[in-house]
Amino acid sequence: MAQANLSPEATKTPPIEGHPHLPDWKWYDYFTFNIDHKVIGIQYLVLAFIFYLIAGLMAVAMRTELATPDSDFMDPSLYNALLTNHGTIMIFLWIVPAAIGGFGNYLVPLMIGARDMAFPKLNALAFWLNPPAGALLLGSFLFGGAQAGWTSYPPLSVITANTAQSMWILAVVLVGTSSIMGSVNFLVTIWKMRVPSMKWDQLPLFCWAMVATSFLALFSTPVLAAGLILLLFDINFGTGFFQPDAGGNVVVYQHLFWFYSHPAVYLMILPIFGIMSEVIPVHARKPIFGYKAIAYSSLTISIVGLFVWVHHMFTSGTPPWMRIFFTISTLIVAVPTGIKIFSWVATLWGGKIRFTSAMLFAVGLLSMFVFGGLSGVTLGTAPFDIHVHDTYYVVGHFHYVLFGGSVFGIYAGIYHWFPKMTGRMLNETLGRLHFVLTFIGTNLTFAPMHELGMQGMPRRVAMYDPQFVGLNQLATIGAFTLGISVLPMLINVIWSWSRGPKAGGNPWNALTLEWTTPSPPPVENWTILPAVTHGPYEYGVGIQPPQPDQPALDEA
Amino acid sequence: MQGTVDSQPAASTATAAHHHEEHPDLRVLGLITFLASEFLMFCGFFAVYLIYRSALAEWPPEETEVELLLPAVNTVILVSSSLVIHWGDTAIKQGDVAGLRKWYIVTALMGTVFLGGQIYEYATLGYGLRTNLFSNCFYLMTGFHGLHVFIGLLLILGVLWRSRRPGHYNANKHTGVEMAEIYWHFVDIVWIVLFTLIYILTLF
Repeated sequence: MAQANLSPEATKTPPIEGHPHLPDWKWYDYFTFNIDHKVIGIQYLVLAFIFYLIAGLMAVAMRTELATPDSDFMDPSLYNALLTNHGTIMIFLWIVPAAIGGFGNYLVPLMIGARDMAFPKLNALAFWLNPPAGALLLGSFLFGGAQAGWTSYPPLSVITANTAQSMWILAVVLVGTSSIMGSVNFLVTIWKMRVPSMKWDQLPLFCWAMVATSFLALFSTPVLAAGLILLLFDINFGTGFFQPDAGGNVVVYQHLFWFYSHPAVYLMILPIFGIMSEVIPVHARKPIFGYKAIAYSSLTISIVGLFVWVHHMFTSGTPPWMRIFFTISTLIVAVPTGIKIFSWVATLWGGKIRFTSAMLFAVGLLSMFVFGGLSGVTLGTAPFDIHVHDTYYVVGHFHYVLFGGSVFGIYAGIYHWFPKMTGRMLNETLGRLHFVLTFIGTNLTFAPMHELGMQGMPRRVAMYDPQFVGLNQLATIGAFTLGISVLPMLINVIWSWSRGPKAGGNPWNALTLEWTTPSPPPVENWTILPAVTHGPYEYGVGIQPPQPDQPALDEA
Repeated sequence: MQGTVDSQPAASTATAAHHHEEHPDLRVLGLITFLASEFLMFCGFFAVYLIYRSALAEWPPEETEVELLLPAVNTVILVSSSLVIHWGDTAIKQGDVAGLRKWYIVTALMGTVFLGGQIYEYATLGYGLRTNLFSNCFYLMTGFHGLHVFIGLLLILGVLWRSRRPGHYNANKHTGVEMAEIYWHFVDIVWIVLFTLIYILTLF
């Protein structure tokens, strides 16, 4: 949006109470309790990435076990614990905190011309709930590890109950609390703290996505908390909420769980859609196609997304009328999602595309996500779902959406905003190598799973029938490729952060407000707040992108 | 998204919202958003309760009948305390700190009586958390509400503690007072739903 109008009469706002006014960030500032939204954003991203590596190693260990039909690499109970914690950590401590906490906190104030989030201290508190949650999950391995899967369905989670299962519950409640705090902060910030000249229809699409995400988190997370509290009481205090012999009903837990955990897939993809809507127009040098359609479709997804959770329970004795209702509502979610996909394709159409690493991941995401979305439509249809329920088809589907979708999106975001965050450019050659390895690895790992599922291989098991061995070994090779694919990125980030070429304020010639401040942005983001004089995506219509490195900005 | 040319860059009149945490609008809006989320958690409990109530023939089972008189008195106390706390808020809006303190002390006392009544009820009911599915629901839901009453009490005591400093709250500066009041109303609304579900509906 954004051309900065840096006229002298532009507003100077009073400094924020409690903000450290450091001339420059030192590395150790990122390890302290800091209330600057940019520090918190980077803290989220780095911590989440560490958890990503840990949970990724868990996946590689599991795939090593699955290279042979027998259980000869690890004990089945260890396999169960790895399975549970791999899913839990990837969802709650990698994708959600990286996409929402990391990019959301870093970008939202910068994109709307605010000096910080509405509640900086609450923001820091929300972040610092994550390390103890991670410690609880990893520490649970000392007690055998939670083994009931990331869904922790009773009665299994109660029968096998141990200290580790309770630790798992507390960890998930902690990250849930963090997520609610974050959502309150995002909603109030975007609602009340936009620079006065920014109208709602000039809000960058990433911020629209954060509005939709926050609404969804605010309404669904507490219901999961309710379910987990009841489960905690069942395990530790002898209640019978989900104990059939005490009159309780296990399916009630499934309802409470999926009322959150289905929307959670939108929590993991809506911010990514926001990242896509920022990356694609910048690197295709074209105005985004259908700004309003993209903004409204985010809101539609978050509302319809609240009414589809039973499609996870088609085989739980769900009555036929419910299957029909939830099949239809599930298929309806494909419509706003399709609107977004077509808008991005239309934006690419005829654009002057620059195949930067960010753009490669964005385009890769388009193809992966369409594939995962289509297999999702098949799964949302009750008759087919009943056939492949709890098989590897499901595993293949959600990994296409979560890895090919969310993780590709986070990568695209990192390549796009790394210069803004660190002031340095990433190496493009390593970036391309990273993309190629990731793209091949993703398809090699998760495509065979669809066929395995169709043939009837069940998920969540360490041993399987020898007839499935060929495709499983293919998937294992893919998993190792994915494991290796992270290395070029790690090397790239670490090397470029200290030695990379200087980025300048606006290396991509983008028009949103975050590029109107130097890279990395100073504390409180701007000396004088920018003014919004045009839409955020008006590329190719003669608007000169701001070049904030010119000394005019820092003076004043 | 059509770019509007704003000839008044970041108008200086509209910067109030950038004062951050000190800005009352932000804090009140944040609290209301948060309470909406809290309410959804209670809705999870309400849903569980209603599912089991509709599934079981006998609800509540005979050995776990609820007492009505004490909770009814308690309800009257809690509901009227919402009025009392509002008088305190009205007082400070007119700059009357003594009035604020008086009514907030009364509210805190009423809240304490409510919690005391709840503890007495627990002690005299003759059944515990584990007795059956009804008692599971009963103790968990009323207990969770009691926890929220306790948090509300802490907020009120915090307001009272701060109001000792002259000028901490005045006619123009009373966001903390208002937030404690909003929270107290929230606790009250949840109780009305709970009371209806658990106590009134067991009569039928």
